[in-house]
Amino acid sequence: MIRPPYRRSSLRAAVALLAFCSAAAALAAAAPDTLEQRVAACTSCHGARGEGSPDGVLAPRLAGKPAGYLLQQLEYFQSGQRRHAPMEYVVRQLSQPYLRQIAGYFAAQDLPYLRWPQPAVPAEVLRRGEQVVLHGDPARAVPSCVSCHGDKLTGFEPMMPGLVGLSSGYISNQLVSWRTHTRAAEGPYCMGVVANRMRESDIAAVSAWLASHAPAADMHPQPAAAQTTPLPGWCVMGHSEVNP
Amino acid sequence: MKWLRRGVGLLVVLLLIGAAAWWYLARDQRAPSTPVQREADAAALVDPARIERGKYLATVGDCAACHTARGGQPYAGGRSLATPFGDVPAPNITPDADTGIGQWSFDDFWAALHLGKGRHGQLLYPVFSYTSFTRVTRDDALSIFAYLKSLPPVNQPAQPTGLEFPYNVRSSLVAWRALYFKPGVYQPDPAQSPQWNRGAYLVQGLGHCNECHAPRDSLGGIEQNQHLTGGQIPQLDWYAPDLSTRSGGGLEGWSAQDVIDLLKTGQSSKGSAFGPMADVVRLSTQHMTDADLQAVATYLQALPPRAPAAPVAFPQAASHEQGGKLYAKHCADCHGDNGQGVAGIYPPLDGNTSVTGPTSINAIRSVLLGGFAPATAANPRPYSMPPFAQQLSDEDVAAVVSYVRQSWSNKASAVAPVEVSRSRHTPVD
Repeated sequence: MIRPPYRRSSLRAAVALLAFCSAAAALAAAAPDTLEQRVAACTSCHGARGEGSPDGVLAPRLAGKPAGYLLQQLEYFQSGQRRHAPMEYVVRQLSQPYLRQIAGYFAAQDLPYLRWPQPAVPAEVLRRGEQVVLHGDPARAVPSCVSCHGDKLTGFEPMMPGLVGLSSGYISNQLVSWRTHTRAAEGPYCMGVVANRMRESDIAAVSAWLASHAPAADMHPQPAAAQTTPLPGWCVMGHSEVNP
Repeated sequence: MKWLRRGVGLLVVLLLIGAAAWWYLARDQRAPSTPVQREADAAALVDPARIERGKYLATVGDCAACHTARGGQPYAGGRSLATPFGDVPAPNITPDADTGIGQWSFDDFWAALHLGKGRHGQLLYPVFSYTSFTRVTRDDALSIFAYLKSLPPVNQPAQPTGLEFPYNVRSSLVAWRALYFKPGVYQPDPAQSPQWNRGAYLVQGLGHCNECHAPRDSLGGIEQNQHLTGGQIPQLDWYAPDLSTRSGGGLEGWSAQDVIDLLKTGQSSKGSAFGPMADVVRLSTQHMTDADLQAVATYLQALPPRAPAAPVAFPQAASHEQGGKLYAKHCADCHGDNGQGVAGIYPPLDGNTSVTGPTSINAIRSVLLGGFAPATAANPRPYSMPPFAQQLSDEDVAAVVSYVRQSWSNKASAVAPVEVSRSRHTPVD
């Protein structure tokens, strides 16, 4: 019996399709084509969705931070303005568009905030921390945290990071990094100025209070339009005076 | 050890200075151009087609990699280049009149690139790879100079060099040059194809591949008979493998397409670019034309086979079983149960010369640092490997690297925890 040729070719096509699908399935099993899979170098420390390392110090939470802020930090690790050797090595080979995607991935993760264990500090230290966070240290011209990071301390889109939901160790490490120039910014350089003005004891107090402060009901960064309090003049891009 | 090396270095340098000085001075090849030639050069410098060609050649030469500080203006210098003899900052090569090459003539540029001499006749430190760049033709050098002259000038003064005595005495370079530097433009081999010759020209000249892929001795020089035989890169502490693709070579079994894929995309079926080579791919080779990449592959494919090392039966690491467990837990998901990798995504570890190389430093540091394959036009969203420095102890890293070096078809030496400990630093520029 002679089969019509089209049957054979359709059979071949079916076999080819089947082979292709099973090959694709095998490949997909080995390496899903997702951003989460691609950024394994990030998630092994920061968590699959950027929830942060279990201690909250080694690798901070990334989930839900403003995308512009995350991108800027990735670029600072590339340019060396922010120093942390493992981070600098990991981001070194990436392009700006890819960094933007990665920043967007973590910014878009909407996860509940955990509370870190309250640091064992005396009550008066926490009170001092609260005072500096809410009112600053006028004697040293230190502005309050809330004046820039927002009254809910959840930051603003697109660049201002929130300060709650972070561990005490991570916050104090960052304040010290500003002082030792292992964390810097293109400008304005306000945090460098602020961190250098702070009393050492206040760094510990502020970090402890921020870490133990109950997260706001809505932890999302506030929209840019909500930032109604202007930043201090010396903290605005292009302003030449560092000291007020 | 350090004082001994310095002492020997000093003695050798002093002895050789006198003997080599007369010989060197007799062979100074710097011949200034004639007025007619200078005029032609000046006209060439403003030719847009030549500037465009110069841009391509400067990219092939990866000039920006050294002559740009991290986060700094391209070609404005300032990056500190670490050598065993001290740090040497790369100079500003934008056309700024005061701090760059604004006042340079092409003769000055040619003297630097071809003869390793500065504008005032001073001998340049060979961290500037004129040992390779001397092979570049005058015409290509003119194109590169035209491109550099077309850049926006950046005023950025040179940083002081951090060389230690006696290496900070420039005249000691007379002796060094006598030993390791042979000026001369690449001469095509008529017995070989034009493609092979083009590859040889790129690899030996602008590509300056041998500056990393060959062993350096205690004076930082590469012996003349060592060509792409692999070597540990001083200060960076990565091993740049032998580049022969034939029997016994560091890239044994690599096809021409594998070579092209790695240089163009950052990964091939045999392995991925990591460490300093990832920089090279991202900044330089991914931008090369297909014809030039094919030429480089042709040349590398024709490198001679290497003498096989005497077969050594390395004893299996006592930690083999523990290494296997760690491998199954941390590595197998991506690299496969049998080290086969995932085509086009995760490199195979079975038969991967980065794993089995003569030193284990690349494998150890890859485990510690993880990281992404370079983002390239052909692979814009690379996959990545987690860094394990924070998760695994020296013993665990040693166990898993030993396991990988001694599993499947891999038969290399085991790794001791102290080797991991030595590699835990993460130098970043």
